[in-house]
Amino acid sequence: MAFDNKTRTLFADEIQQIRNDGLYKEKRFICSEQDAEIEVEFPEGAEHKKVLNFCANNYLGLSSHPDVIKAAHEGLDKRGYGMSSVRFICGTQDIHRELQNRVSAFLGMEDTLLFPSCMDANSGVFEAVLGQEDVIIADRLIHASLVDGIRLCSAEYDTFKHMNMDHLKKKLELHQNKRVRMVVTDGVFSMDGDLAPLDEMVDLCNRYNAMLLVDDSHASGFIGKTGRGTHEHFGVMDGVDIITTTFGKGLGGASGGCVSGRKEIVELCRQKARPYLFSNSLAPPIVNASIKVIDLISSSTERRDKLEWNTGYFRKKMEEAGLNMRPGETPIVPVMLYNAKLANDMARDMYAEGIYVIGFFFPVVPAGKARIRVQLSAAHEKEHIDKCVEAFRKVGDKYGILGMGKDEIIEKYGT
Amino acid sequence: MGEMKDIVLEYIIDEYLDEDDEDEVSYDSPLISSGIVDSFSMVSLKRFLENKYKITLPDEEATPEAFDTVNSICKLVQKHLG
Repeated sequence: MAFDNKTRTLFADEIQQIRNDGLYKEKRFICSEQDAEIEVEFPEGAEHKKVLNFCANNYLGLSSHPDVIKAAHEGLDKRGYGMSSVRFICGTQDIHRELQNRVSAFLGMEDTLLFPSCMDANSGVFEAVLGQEDVIIADRLIHASLVDGIRLCSAEYDTFKHMNMDHLKKKLELHQNKRVRMVVTDGVFSMDGDLAPLDEMVDLCNRYNAMLLVDDSHASGFIGKTGRGTHEHFGVMDGVDIITTTFGKGLGGASGGCVSGRKEIVELCRQKARPYLFSNSLAPPIVNASIKVIDLISSSTERRDKLEWNTGYFRKKMEEAGLNMRPGETPIVPVMLYNAKLANDMARDMYAEGIYVIGFFFPVVPAGKARIRVQLSAAHEKEHIDKCVEAFRKVGDKYGILGMGKDEIIEKYGT
Repeated sequence: MGEMKDIVLEYIIDEYLDEDDEDEVSYDSPLISSGIVDSFSMVSLKRFLENKYKITLPDEEATPEAFDTVNSICKLVQKHLG
């Protein structure tokens, strides 16, 4: 059919509505490698501006690490550019198998299956494993990709209040008549940076005969003493049945994801998960570079230790400067502003000061809980963090919020 | 209708609000559009209504708009009670 004016207007009106709702996502172009210091073209057509990046998922600073880049080159030279196939036809190389085995060993799981992304892993795992006789019981703040995967599955689903173990217990009791119960959570929640209490969750799952799936995308490589993830942090390495995670954040930052867990679950995904069966194989340079990432973080905890230090230092300095933050210990630090316009205005002024951060507000976060989300990286040096804190102090002073708690900020700006 | 509204309101407070939540919910408070209930977790409310009143709410009628206030929820339930 022709794309006539009436049709064009229909879509243009929808885009305008997104703008009117204040939800339009502007284009921003990075004109350098991804790193702590980047060059940005924003708005489109503007001169490149050098800024410090505090909004990337580059937790371990490996996105542009020379060893990782070298490994990607080697992968390209030895195994080519792409596979031109899905995994099960002719898209699996020896290095795909090696990466899967290395991830299984790193996470302490029985088996692993690579997906084009963790979004794909989350979209495919539930439908492959569960059926109408089963129930999924999910934390209410899980990542959107898990929500989509759960909706694609024929199993019944239910939700529990965010990290509320009494409510989870109630839901587990309610669903004892189902064939299989699967509890689903993020390991680290991306907007608040809080850690799901996996020790308590494993205990409840054992008591009520439920499986536990954890999306550890914002944890793999740096949470836990040796960076294995949230299950290591809580001392329950054997208690989690399925971990989904990504190579697009701490583990190199390119792309790709996986389902890692009990071998029967992984095998069912290999046989039935649609994003695995109907999407192309992960490209050889990324696979080879991801193996190098596992090498680097298995042989030394230096990078996750630096990230931990950076996080502690940033929080301490921000507290001294009088900024209001959600308490926590992960490199995701929400600077709470409660008012959407205030979050947007402050993020814009931070950019003018050379600090790249983004404001988040409803519906991305609950209404009245607008914030600027800061993400620390092992690529940040102390002077980067000092500059970021100084910018927050200057901008916070401009808006008169330094030293203010939640109630005072809301009284001044509303929600 | 008044009794039904109290039952639904009590369920919503128990199911969706935390003890330290400052949101006050009344019969006409927006639930979905305010973010108290999101479209993902709306499923427990639908299941509660179906079990409690022995009805089936078709998906096309169990919309975020129909579930946005206690008043509109009770109107929908009443319709299916006949």
